[in-house]
Amino acid sequence: MYGSIFRALPGPLWMRIVLSVVLVLAAVAVLLVFVFPWISQFSPLTDSTIGSP
Amino acid sequence: MARSTLDAAVESRPQRTRPTRRRRTPFQMVAQILGELLITVGIVLLLFVGWELWWTNIDSGIKQDQALEQFFSDVTLAPEPPAPSTDGGEDAPAVEDFGEPAVLAQSALTGTFGVVYVPRFGENYSRPITAGVGTDVLDNLGLGHYPGTAAPGAVGNIALAGHRQTHGQVLDQIHTLVPGDRIYLQTRDGYYTYVFRNTEIVLPDRVDVIAPVPTDPAAEPLDRILTLTSCNPRFGAQERIIAYSVMESWRPLDAGPPPEIAEQVARAAGQA
Repeated sequence: MYGSIFRALPGPLWMRIVLSVVLVLAAVAVLLVFVFPWISQFSPLTDSTIGSP
Repeated sequence: MARSTLDAAVESRPQRTRPTRRRRTPFQMVAQILGELLITVGIVLLLFVGWELWWTNIDSGIKQDQALEQFFSDVTLAPEPPAPSTDGGEDAPAVEDFGEPAVLAQSALTGTFGVVYVPRFGENYSRPITAGVGTDVLDNLGLGHYPGTAAPGAVGNIALAGHRQTHGQVLDQIHTLVPGDRIYLQTRDGYYTYVFRNTEIVLPDRVDVIAPVPTDPAAEPLDRILTLTSCNPRFGAQERIIAYSVMESWRPLDAGPPPEIAEQVARAAGQA
């Protein structure tokens, strides 16, 4: 899967490496900014109130 | 030997590059994609653990500093506290009597309206108190004030919630409080000194612990109580740990902070 993505990227080898690093960083950014805060609301670690707030 | 191998490699490369890509059976392709997905899920989960346990604390710390900055920009501290030379320590609290404490009106309990100092939690422990106990407050600004509970210094019960872990983990050390420990609250009116009395571990539905008289909702309040709630055990949420304190004294803002926390107040205000 990742192999075929890497082969589908345009340009010479160095450019494809740069592009794949950019893609990985973009995926991580989406996780940090949108996905993890959303998952976090289900985390049991963050229940510190009494009753249902 | 080495040379001949190299030569062979150079020769064989042009043939191998393009046409002889190994054909995979459908099963191999599915297995490879599945394997790569599983590795990805593993890495993402590790990333989430790192984010939750580490990054949320840094993020919350930044936001709490900003909230403190905001609070101190609205509050004019006494220019220079009287600076008593004798450091009272825990045994000899300030005994000056300033009469009935000034209490913020319920309508003034909005946004970040106070600061908490707990020397037991560390020299630099100063955290903002913000109205509300929703995730927007607790996840970003640390301590939240239960709406409808008393204001600092009032007769009744001021109830604060904070995370034990993640998002600033403002009450991580709540179990280390020792009876007699001082907890200081500051509002724009003054400083309120509470003395820690005991902790209690209860189930999450025990709303009566934040009643004006904790655990006795029908009773008429006479004491000034501070109740901290956080989750228990430290990395779980099956129970809640409750810390009760009773007010000991107060000082108006112009009288300067209690000598025991003069440094912390200056530091918290100075970093603003």
